[in-house]
Amino acid sequence: MLSGPPRDSVGLWAPGWAGAPRRTNRRDRPRGKSSGSDCRRSPPLRSSGARALARHAGRLLAGQWYPVSGRPAQRRATMRLGSGAFAACCVAIEVIGVAIFIRGFFPAPVRSSASSEHGAETPAPEPVAGASSNWTKLPSPLFSKVVIVLIDALRDDFVFGSKGVKYMPYTTYLVEKGASHSFVAEAKPPTVTMPRIKALMTGSVPGFVDVIRNLNSPVLLEDNVLRQAKAAGKRIIFYGDETWVKLFPKHFVEYDGTTSFFVSDYTEVDNNVTRHLDKVLKRGDWDVLILHYLGLDHIGHISGPNSPLIGHKLNEMDSVLMKIHTSLLSKERESLLPSLLVLCGDHGMSETGSHGASSTEEVSTPLILISSAFERKPGDIRHPKHVQQTDLAATLAIGLGLPIPKDSVGSLLLPVIEGKPMREQLRFLHLNTLQLSKLLQENVPAYEKDPGFEQFKMAERLHGNWVKLHLEENHSDILLGLGTKVLRQYLGALKTLSLSLSTQVAHYDMYSMVVGTVVVLEVLTLFLLSTPHVLCRKAELDVPLLSPVFSLLFYLIFLVLSAIHVLVCTSSESSCYLCGLPWLAAASVMLLISALLCAILSALIRMVIDSTLLTKNAALPSSGWSEVNLLLLLGTVGHVLSLGASSFVEEEHQTWYFLVNTLCLALIQESCRSCLLGDEYEPHRHFQVEQGCVDILACSLQDSTSCSTPNPDRAGKRVSLSEAQGSCRWWTVLASPWLVLICCRLLRSLNQTGVQGAHRPDISHWLTSSDHKVELSGLAALSLVLVFLLVQRGCSLVSKVALALGLLGVFCYRAAIGVVLFPWQPYNKGISKVTPTTLPPSTFQRALWA
Amino acid sequence: MPSDPARVRSRRQKAASQIATQENTMKDTDIKRLLYTNLLCIFSIFLSVFIPSFLLDNFSVLETHLTWLCTCSAFVAAVNLLLYVIVKPNLSSKRSSLSHKVTRVLKCCIYFLMSCFFLHVIFVLYGAPLIELVLETFLFAVILSTFTTVPCLCLLGPNLRAWLRVFSRNGVTSIWENSLQITTISSFIGAWLGAFPIPLDWERPWQVWPISCTLGATFGYMAGLAISPLWIYWNRKQLTYKNN
Repeated sequence: MLSGPPRDSVGLWAPGWAGAPRRTNRRDRPRGKSSGSDCRRSPPLRSSGARALARHAGRLLAGQWYPVSGRPAQRRATMRLGSGAFAACCVAIEVIGVAIFIRGFFPAPVRSSASSEHGAETPAPEPVAGASSNWTKLPSPLFSKVVIVLIDALRDDFVFGSKGVKYMPYTTYLVEKGASHSFVAEAKPPTVTMPRIKALMTGSVPGFVDVIRNLNSPVLLEDNVLRQAKAAGKRIIFYGDETWVKLFPKHFVEYDGTTSFFVSDYTEVDNNVTRHLDKVLKRGDWDVLILHYLGLDHIGHISGPNSPLIGHKLNEMDSVLMKIHTSLLSKERESLLPSLLVLCGDHGMSETGSHGASSTEEVSTPLILISSAFERKPGDIRHPKHVQQTDLAATLAIGLGLPIPKDSVGSLLLPVIEGKPMREQLRFLHLNTLQLSKLLQENVPAYEKDPGFEQFKMAERLHGNWVKLHLEENHSDILLGLGTKVLRQYLGALKTLSLSLSTQVAHYDMYSMVVGTVVVLEVLTLFLLSTPHVLCRKAELDVPLLSPVFSLLFYLIFLVLSAIHVLVCTSSESSCYLCGLPWLAAASVMLLISALLCAILSALIRMVIDSTLLTKNAALPSSGWSEVNLLLLLGTVGHVLSLGASSFVEEEHQTWYFLVNTLCLALIQESCRSCLLGDEYEPHRHFQVEQGCVDILACSLQDSTSCSTPNPDRAGKRVSLSEAQGSCRWWTVLASPWLVLICCRLLRSLNQTGVQGAHRPDISHWLTSSDHKVELSGLAALSLVLVFLLVQRGCSLVSKVALALGLLGVFCYRAAIGVVLFPWQPYNKGISKVTPTTLPPSTFQRALWA
Repeated sequence: MPSDPARVRSRRQKAASQIATQENTMKDTDIKRLLYTNLLCIFSIFLSVFIPSFLLDNFSVLETHLTWLCTCSAFVAAVNLLLYVIVKPNLSSKRSSLSHKVTRVLKCCIYFLMSCFFLHVIFVLYGAPLIELVLETFLFAVILSTFTTVPCLCLLGPNLRAWLRVFSRNGVTSIWENSLQITTISSFIGAWLGAFPIPLDWERPWQVWPISCTLGATFGYMAGLAISPLWIYWNRKQLTYKNN
C-alpha cells in the first residue's frame, strides 16, 4: 500500500480506490455555490415522485442531506464528526448499553440493609397476646460442640447410594439406624466452592458475580454464622481449603489452610487436614471445628465419579467420620449438652467429574446431622428429605444459640428441634420467620401482598394467643393441638417466604435487559450504516445530532418511550433497576434511545437515496452478488449461528479453518476463471472481490463532476508501477490463496486443540519434547532471523542493531532456561534436564514436598 | 408490387412459432432422455448398495465402507460410460482416426487420475490426516471425482477450456451441460456439508472420516441427478442456449 493522503485518518483504506482521480467531498464545498455543480444530481431527484417523498422524509428527519437550495439554518443542524470522535461516541454509548444490560442480567443479591457491624441487636421477644413476654433473651444453645465435616464435591449418591453402602459402612449405619437426621441438600448454581461456602455460612444465595471472584476470594462482609459465633465468644478451629481462611480472616483461633491449586494431588491435601485431628479431638478446648476435605473433588476432576479412587477416598472419609463421632460421644459424658456432627458436601459432581453448572448431579449434596439428641426407636426409618443448602445456616445458628444471619433465606430444619418442648420450638420458628419477613420487607416493595408475609402475621397472632394460654398454666391436650396448628402455620409461612426470597434472587430484570439490548443494537446499526461513509468521505461524518432534536419524530418516539417506561414501572411487581433510578436519569436514557433511533432512520434514508442515485448515475461495473460475496455473507452468518450450539463451540477452530479454506478455494476458482478465460467472461473480477462491495459503493458515491487537482506526478508513477507489476500480480493472485491454504494446514497440525483433538500428537508436542531440542533450537533461530529480516527493512542503523540485540536476547533467555540450545552446547540424550516449565504439575508438586 | 405487409408479417410469425414449437419438442424429448439417464445413474448407486450384500458376507455401507466406496465408484463410472456410448449426447464430435481416439481415452484416464490426486491434496489442506488413513482419503477423492470428473470427461472430453466454460456464468450450451453443472456442484456441496458433523461430539459411527463426507457427496450427487431434469423442465422457457 502506498502512503495515503496525510489528513486522511483512515489512510489504509484510501489507496484502495485512490487509483481513480481524487475527488473532494461534496460537502467540503461551500453550499451557496453548489447549485451549478449539483445539477447532475438534482434532476433525477426532482423527476421521481417517490424519491422526492423520500427526500422530504429525509429532510424532516435529519435536516438537509441533499442540497436543493442553500439553507444555512438546516446546514448548521448537522454536526460534523471525525471518524475517531464518532467511534469514541459509539463505544461510550455501547458501554452504557452493556452496563444497563448487565445490571438487569445479574440479579441484585438479596441483602439486609442493616449493617452487620452493630450486631448487638436485641432479639425479638416472644409474642404474647395482650402482654409482653418475659422471655426476651435468645434461647440457649442446643449443642455444646459442633463439628462440620465438609467434603468437597460429595454427591448425594456417594453416601445414600450403592457407593455409600459399599465404601462408607459407618456413615450408612448412622444414616439408617443411628441418632441422625439425613437430608439431600440442594445447592444453588453456581456450584463452585466459594459461593457454596458462603451459602452454607450466611444462608444467602450468592449471585453469578461470585464466580468471577471465586479465585481471589475477598473477605466475607455479610452477616454469617461464624461471625456471630465469634461475637458470642465461641472458639472456632478450621482445617482445610484455604478459601475459608481468606473468607473469614481472624475468625479462627487455629487454622491450617490447604491449597486447591494442585489438582493432581488427592492424598496430601487430605492428610494435611487429618493430621491435626487426634490432637484437636483430645484437647476439646473449642466450640466449633470445621474440616474441609478437598481430595474427593480433585479425584473427580482427574478421573470422574466412577473411578476406583473414589471408593478409597470415601473409605478414608468414613474412617475420619468414625473417629470424630466416637471421640465426640466419649467427650459428651462430661458435658451437659450433646454435640452435633455435620457431614455435608458443598456441591456435587457431574458425570464427567466437573462442577459449576446446575445439573441434578451437581446440585444434590448429602447433609447429615449426627447427634445423640436425635435418638430414635429401632423401627424409625427416616428417608433423606430434600432441603435447601441455605437451611444449614439458620439451623446452625439456632443450634449454637446465635442470632440467625440477617441475609439468610433458609428455613430451620425442623427435625433438629423436634425433641424440644413446644414453647421452645415455636420460639425458634418465630425467630426464623421474623428474620425472613424482615428480609422480605427490605427487598420487596410490595411485601404486604406477599402470601408468606400474610401467613407470618397470622402465625404470629396465633402464637401470641397460644403463649397466653400456656402462661395461664393450661397444660392440656388442647394446648398441644393448638401448638401443632401454630407450628404448621409457621412452617407454611417459612416455606413461602423462603421461596419468594429465593426467586427474588434468580429473577432477571427483563426491562433493563431489553433497554440495554436496544441501546447496544442501535449503536451497532448506526455504526454499520455509517461505516461506508466514514471510510469514503475522507473520514468525516455528518452526524444528524442536532436536527433530530427539533424533529417531530424524535419527540414522538420520546413520548412513546416515556409512556412505556411509566407503564412498565407502575405495573411491574418486582423491582426494576431502571425504575429505581431518578426520573432524570431514566429520561436521559429514553432520550438517548430515541436520538439513536432517529439517527439510524436518517442514515437509512440517506442510504436509500444514495443507492437510487447510484443506479441512476453511475454505470456500475457489475451489479449483484458474486459467489465470493455470497460465501462471505453466508459464512459469517453460519459461523455466528453455529455458536449457538455447544458442540460447535467446543470445536470452533474447526469451523474457522473450514470456512477459511472454503473462502480460499472460492477465491482460487474466481481467480483461475478470470485468468484462464481472460477478459471475455469476467473482466477483472478478482480486483472487485478484493476491494469488496464497500469500495464499489464508495467510489461511485464520489462526485465525478468536481475534481480536485490530483497530483499528476504521483498518478503517473502509479500507472507505470502498476504496469510493471502487472505480470507479477497474476502470479500473486493465483498463488496467494494456495499459500494461505498451506499455512492453515500447517497451523492446524502445529497445535491441536478442541475437545476431540487436544490429545492428538502435533508438531508443537514433537518440538517441545526433550528429544528434539536441536530441531527446536534451529527453528527458533531461523524464525528470529526471519523476524529480523522482515522488520529491519525500514529501520535506521541504530534501531537495526537494537533489534538484533533484542532478538539475540530472546534466544539467550530461552537458552538460559533450557528450552533451546546454543549451537556450541553439546547435546546429550542421556541427560534429561528438567525445567519447571516442562514438568507436569504432579511431578512438580512431588518435587516440592520431597 | 410489394406483397401485403400484414401477410408477410403473419407468415413470418407462423414460421417463427413453428421453429419455436420444434425447439420445444426437441427440448422436451431431450429433457425426457436426461431424466431417464439420471434415473439410471441413481439406480446404479442403489445397485452398488444392494448387489455386494448378496455376494459378500457382512457387507454394510458403514462397516465395510471402503468396499462400498470401490463398488459404488465402479458402478457409477460404468453406468456413465455406458450412457455415453449409448446416448451420445455430444453429437458434434467429428469422426477421427483410431489413434486419435486412443490418445483421447488415455488423456481421459490421466485427467481422471490427476483429478483424484488434486482432490486428495484439497482434502489434506482441509484438514484430512496427512499420513494416517491415506487409503480412505484417496478413495473419497476417487468417488468424488467419479461423481464429478467422469461425467465431465464423458460429456466434454479432456478439454479444460470447455470445462471452465461450462462452470462459468452463462457458459452452458445444452441441457446436458446444464445437468452436468448442477450435479457436479451439488456433489461438491454435499461433500462440503458432510464434513460438518465430523468434529462434533455425537459419537455416531458415521462421523468417522471420511464416511460422512462420502455419504454427503453421494446424497448430493443423487439430489443433483434428481433435481436437474426438474429444474430444467421448470425453467425451460427461460433457458436459451447459444449454440443449440
